[in-house]
Amino acid sequence: MTSGTIKRLFIANRGEIALRIARTARRMGIETVLGASEADAASLPAKFVDHVAIVGPGPSSQGYLSVERVVAAAVGAGCDAVHPGYGFLSENATFARAVLAAGMRFVGPDIATLEGMGDKLAARALAVEAGLPVLPGGEAATRADVHTRAAQTGYPLLLKAVSGGGGKGMRRVDRAEDLDTALDMAQAEAQAAFGNAAVYVERFVARGRHVEVQLLGDGTSAIHLGTRDCSIQRRFQKLVEEAPAPAMPEAARAGIEDAAVRLARHLGYRGAGTAEFLVDADDFSFFFLELNARIQVEHPVTEAITGVDLVEQQLLVASGKSLGLTQAMIRPVGHAIEVRINAEDPDADFRPSPGTVARAAWPAGEGVRVDSHIGNGGEVPPFYDSLMGKLIVHGATREQAVERLTRALGTLQIDGLPTTTPLHRRIVKDPRFIAGGVDTGFLAGLAQ
Amino acid sequence: MNDDLPLSHEDVAEIAAILEKSGYRELDLATRRFRLRVAKGDDAGGGLTQEWQWAGAAGEVASGAAAAEADPDAICSPLPGTFYHSPQPGAPPFIKPGDTVGPETVIGIVETMKLMNPVHAGRSGTVSDFVVADGTLVAKGDALVRVK
Repeated sequence: MTSGTIKRLFIANRGEIALRIARTARRMGIETVLGASEADAASLPAKFVDHVAIVGPGPSSQGYLSVERVVAAAVGAGCDAVHPGYGFLSENATFARAVLAAGMRFVGPDIATLEGMGDKLAARALAVEAGLPVLPGGEAATRADVHTRAAQTGYPLLLKAVSGGGGKGMRRVDRAEDLDTALDMAQAEAQAAFGNAAVYVERFVARGRHVEVQLLGDGTSAIHLGTRDCSIQRRFQKLVEEAPAPAMPEAARAGIEDAAVRLARHLGYRGAGTAEFLVDADDFSFFFLELNARIQVEHPVTEAITGVDLVEQQLLVASGKSLGLTQAMIRPVGHAIEVRINAEDPDADFRPSPGTVARAAWPAGEGVRVDSHIGNGGEVPPFYDSLMGKLIVHGATREQAVERLTRALGTLQIDGLPTTTPLHRRIVKDPRFIAGGVDTGFLAGLAQ
Repeated sequence: MNDDLPLSHEDVAEIAAILEKSGYRELDLATRRFRLRVAKGDDAGGGLTQEWQWAGAAGEVASGAAAAEADPDAICSPLPGTFYHSPQPGAPPFIKPGDTVGPETVIGIVETMKLMNPVHAGRSGTVSDFVVADGTLVAKGDALVRVK
């Protein structure tokens, strides 16, 4: 791999994360090129970067998801590195290989890591090798195997797509008699979403919390930047994230962090990544779920408490430098919470609500950060996911962070299309949320 | 380089802090490229807001609603996206001219943000024709089908 400073960075993404990456790149003196679809040609990230290269028309399959077009656009724009952001091609080994083959650097881990982590079963096996606990379950190639596994793990259980992500191809099964129907649906969904119908079986933890650890590695050494709790989810999609994981004994937190670092070292991990765990809300025993080999949507809560710019670290490692940070240098301060503001109508079963934003009055003030590409007159095109922006608050204590979040949500006003803001206002005043440490069943018990 | 472009979130937090301690209610900053308004809330407990307006951002967008009003027979799209006549490629369409529909009848689907959203007729009548072809990108309020 070539090393040396990155001079011209191709951002293969859109929306708030494209803007986020461009800001840090510019601060580091790197020229920025945005690979935008025609639908995003007038977006805020397109205005912000030095150059825009069109990767294709609106639909993702013809632009942002086309390995050939994205690589050609990056080469054509004379870039020496590609940052894939999250989603789209960010964890696609074929894409990373094509970027390297074209003589550019890929801002992400090694191809072997992408391949190992893209297959959930392979990732599980690597974690076991590194000595991490995993949930009872495993591979089940045939219908008979699924039944045998299910009999071993017991009910309730989860069927998960081997090449899964975003909750697709995932089914909870409570009774043996429902297994066949659920298997058919999970396989059909997995085939449609990932082109691979294979599923595996995993025990379902009823009172589980979703806790993840931010990792940084340079291929030789690896450190962690503490935990994030992302238990508040809807249909396996995160809505609220906080750092560090609240209401958890220090020893439990340290155990999860150590396990994550052990895995990163075992893999010789390079760049920023996140190890996800399921934590039993009652006894804090934990199980490895997966490793996301990219920047995460919720990374700003970690940045808020550690003061580390994670995109800067990604770019430094990608330019061949060793980690300048040591574990002792990471001293988290206070507590941070992020809520995702999506263009979805909470009164119509969260139906997507693309369109034009007449006015976007985002909160401001001490301890408030807004990562968004949507201003007054901003467009939410119908082709992509519905994230409009992230509201992040930071306080000296969790109590102060919750207070700041309540106030910020009170002032947030988006006109022109429905958003998830009213849902977040309900969440933030729920006594269970105020107390902290809720499990993934939280939303079902939320007052209307 | 567009050097006057976005202030960082730290910059905005600093502006907000200055404003909060001052006697002023708002700060309105305009450059060639953008306008930023940081303002105090109306009530005592109200927090501050930041509003960005970018040069070249869409203004008021012409809505298809006006055209829909002109055609009382039209069933309009409840959201923007791609309008499909059938549940999947190659399958027969949900409805065809001459069919009788009720309020709950599905007349087509609009694909938005990777989700398929059924469109209901919303009233009873007989289908006269499709206004837009299968696979057309439609705006919210665009006429899809005429029902008499």
